[in-house]
Amino acid sequence: MNENQQSLWQFMAEQSDKLFNQTLQHLGLTFISLFFAVLVGLPLGILIARKRKLSGSVLAFAGVLQTIPSIALLGFMIPLLGIGAKPAIVALLIYALLPIIRNTYTGIVGIDANVREAAKAMGMSAKQILFKVELPLAMPVILAGIRTATVINVGVATLASYIAAGGLGEFIFGGISLNNTNMILAGAIPAAVLAILLDALLALLQNLNIKKLKRVLIILPIVILILGGFYLLPKAYGSSLTAGFTPEFMGRQDGDLGLKSVYGLKIHTIVISDAVMYKAAFEKELDVISGYSTDGRLKAFDLIILKDDKGIFPPYYAAPIVRTSSLKKFPELEKTLNLLEGKINDSIMTDLNYKTDQLHQSPERVAKEFLESQKLYKSALNGKGETVRIGSKIFGEQYILAEMYKMLIQGNTNYQVATKTGLGGTKICFDALVNDQIDFYPEYTGTGLLVLLQPDADFARKIAHDKDETYNYVKDEFIKKFGIKWLTPIGFNNSYALMMRRKQSKELGVYSITDLKQYLDNNK
Amino acid sequence: MISVNGISKSFGGNEAVKKISFDVLPGESLILLGTSGCGKTTTLKMINRLIAPDSGQININGKNIAGEKPEILRRSIGYVLQNNGLFPHYTVAENIAIVPKLLGWDNKKTILRTQEILEKLHLSEQYLSMFPNALSGGQQQRVGLARALVTDPSILLMDEPFGALDNVTRTSIRKEFKALEELKRKTMVMVTHDIHEAFELADRICLMDKGKIIQIGTPKELLFKPVNKFAKDFLAGEKLSLAFKVVSLDDLWDFLPSSETRTPNAMPSTESVWDTMEKLQMQNSIEVKNQSGSYKNIEFDKLTAAFSLYQKRNRHE
Repeated sequence: MNENQQSLWQFMAEQSDKLFNQTLQHLGLTFISLFFAVLVGLPLGILIARKRKLSGSVLAFAGVLQTIPSIALLGFMIPLLGIGAKPAIVALLIYALLPIIRNTYTGIVGIDANVREAAKAMGMSAKQILFKVELPLAMPVILAGIRTATVINVGVATLASYIAAGGLGEFIFGGISLNNTNMILAGAIPAAVLAILLDALLALLQNLNIKKLKRVLIILPIVILILGGFYLLPKAYGSSLTAGFTPEFMGRQDGDLGLKSVYGLKIHTIVISDAVMYKAAFEKELDVISGYSTDGRLKAFDLIILKDDKGIFPPYYAAPIVRTSSLKKFPELEKTLNLLEGKINDSIMTDLNYKTDQLHQSPERVAKEFLESQKLYKSALNGKGETVRIGSKIFGEQYILAEMYKMLIQGNTNYQVATKTGLGGTKICFDALVNDQIDFYPEYTGTGLLVLLQPDADFARKIAHDKDETYNYVKDEFIKKFGIKWLTPIGFNNSYALMMRRKQSKELGVYSITDLKQYLDNNK
Repeated sequence: MISVNGISKSFGGNEAVKKISFDVLPGESLILLGTSGCGKTTTLKMINRLIAPDSGQININGKNIAGEKPEILRRSIGYVLQNNGLFPHYTVAENIAIVPKLLGWDNKKTILRTQEILEKLHLSEQYLSMFPNALSGGQQQRVGLARALVTDPSILLMDEPFGALDNVTRTSIRKEFKALEELKRKTMVMVTHDIHEAFELADRICLMDKGKIIQIGTPKELLFKPVNKFAKDFLAGEKLSLAFKVVSLDDLWDFLPSSETRTPNAMPSTESVWDTMEKLQMQNSIEVKNQSGSYKNIEFDKLTAAFSLYQKRNRHE
C-alpha cells in the first residue's frame, strides 16, 4: 500500500504539467457552464415564480433533461455542435439547470406573503420588489441551488473528455482503459477534492449574513467568469491535421507512445471516447483516429486503415479467458466455448459489427443468425444446472460474442446463463474476473500482454509481433499468475489501427503511417 | 376624504364584497368590523389598490383612485399589516426608511423624522441597527406602525394591526396607540374582528356580514340602536361591558351627585364609565369636571346607580 501511494505521488509529480492543465480545464468547464446555467436558470426561475401555471411544465422539462444519461447527451451534441468545448459546455449547462431553476423558484415562492404584501402596499414597483425584496430573501436558497449545480458539474465534467473537451476525465478514463490505478487516482482525487472544496466555499457564502452577501454577489460572477476563462486559454496547434485518440491509446506503447518513438509522428491530438470518435471523423471534426481494425463503423463511415508499415501495432487475437475454478465447476464449458474456434475472421467480424453498430440490429439477432449460418445454433435446453456468468467489455463486438457464448451454452449444456455485459474497460472486466464476479469474457492477446501482464518493454516488443509467441506467453503467464486459462482463439485480429476518411486519404496521398508523417512534416 | 361607491369583488365566482358604499370623513377613524370572511379585509385592500374592484369606484379627496398609478397612490397611504410584514433582511432603521427612500427624501430628513417617530412610539434608538427577528412581537408591531407613519400620510389603513399579539401586549399597545397625538389628525380605516377593540378606537363602526354592510354608525348607535337582529346578536354577549366603554360621565351627568370641592386638576367628564370604574378600584372617590365648569364627586355605588338610571331612560326612549 505504502509503495503504491508513493508511486501515485511519483506519477502525479511526473505528470504535474498535464495534471495542472487538466485541473484548470476542469475548473474552466465547470464554471463557464455554471455561468451560462445561472444566466438561463435564474430568469427562468423568476418567470415561473411569477407565472406559477408554467412552473409544472418548466420544472418537469428541466427534470427530464437531468435524467438523460450524460454520455448519451454528449453523443446527441456531436451532430449539432461537433466535438470539444461547445457541446461539453452545453451538456453541463443542461445538467446545472434544474437545481438553479428549482431553487430560484422555491426561494421566491417561499417568501412570507406578508413581506411581499408590505412591499407592494408601501408603493414598491414590481422591479423594486424583485431586486430589493424577493431576490435578497431568496438568495440563500438560490445559492444552495448553485452549490448543488457546481458539484454536479464537477462530476459530470469528467465525462467531457469523451468528446475531447479535456478535464480530469482524461486521466480517469485513460487509467481505467490502461489498468493504471495511479492514473485513475491522479484524475479522480483532484476531481473529488475540487468538488469538496467548491462545495465548502459555496456553503460559506450561503451562510454569510445579508450585508456581506451583497458584496459577494458582485464579486461572484466575476470569479465565475475568471475561472471559466481558464478554459479559453489559447492552445497551441502544432499541425495541419487533427487526431483524436482514445485515452487508452494515448498511454500505450503500442499506441501514441509508439507513434511518437517509432514513427516520430507529431500531430495535434485531442483525447476522445471511442463511442463518438468515428462519428467525429466522419463529421470532419477529426482527420486521423485510433480505431479498431474490425470495427463496424469503419465500413459505415467509409474510413480506411493506414498501413502500419513499421509494425507497432501488435496482433490482438480474441479468445475467451476463463477462471480455472470455473472450468472445474462447469466441466462442459471449455468444449462448448471452443465451438467458435477459428470461425470468425477479420472481415466477418467487421461485418457483424457493422450490423449492430450501423444497421442497429440487436446483438442477439446478429449472434443467432451467424450461429445458424454456421449450423452451430441449437435451441435452448432450458437446463436447471448452475449459472455461468459471462462478462463483456463495453463495445459492440464483445456484446455479440457474449450473446453467441450464451446461446452455445444454453443450446449444448444444462447450465443456466447470466450475462454481465458492458463492463467499462479492460481493468473493470479483468478485475471482475479475478474477483470471481464473472466466469469468463473474451479478451485479446495484445491486451493480455501489454495491459494486463506488462512485461518489460524490450521483451514485449520482441514477442508482440508474433501471433503465436504472444498467445503462448499470455497463456502460460495467466495460469501462473492469476489461475486463468486462455482458450483457443476465435480467429479474428482486432488490433489498433490509424484511420482516415477514404476521400481525404486519396486527396492527400496518405496511405500509411509513414506517408502521414511525411505529409505533416511538409505541411507545418 | 375617502368615498367608496358601490364596489364589488368576486374571487372565483365567490362574491366577497357586494356593492358596498360608505364615506370616511377627514380625521375620522372608521372601523370595519365583522367575522372572518365578511369581506372587510378585501374592502380595505381595495382602498390602496392591493385588490382591484370588479365594479364601483373609490375616490380619495374627490379623485378616482383607478386613474392614479398604484405605486404613487400607495406611497401616500400608510399601511399596517397584522403580521407586521417587516423586511427580515433590513434593519429597523432601513425598514422605517423604505417609503422615505421611495419618495426620494434626503438622508438627514429621514433620520430626523425616524428619531421623532421612535420617540412617540416609545421605541429606543438602540433598536435601529437591529434586525426585526431580534425584537419581540410587540416591538415589531411598533416598528411596523413607525414605518407606516414616518412620512406622515394623511390616510392610514390597518389590517388587524394588533391581531397577532398576546392579550397583555395588545392592551398596552392599543392604549399607547389611542393616546398617540400623531393619529388624531389622520383619516383611518381599520379592520378588526375584536368588538372591544372596535368600540375603543372607532369614531364610527361599519359592521359587515357576507360582503354587505349591516350598519354604519357611532359605537353608541350600534349598541343602543341596532338595525336588525344580526346587529343585535353580534354584540349580545358583550353588551354590558361595551356600554361601560361607550357611555361617558357626560352622559350620566344629571344622575351624578354634585361636589362640594373644586379641585383644578379634576378628571374630565369625557372619561368612560369603564375607565372611571377602574380608577375607583384604587381610590374611594373621584372629582370630575365637565366642559361647562360644573363639578361632581363620584363613588363606585353612586356611579353604578347613575348608570342604571341612564340605561332605564334609554330603554324607554
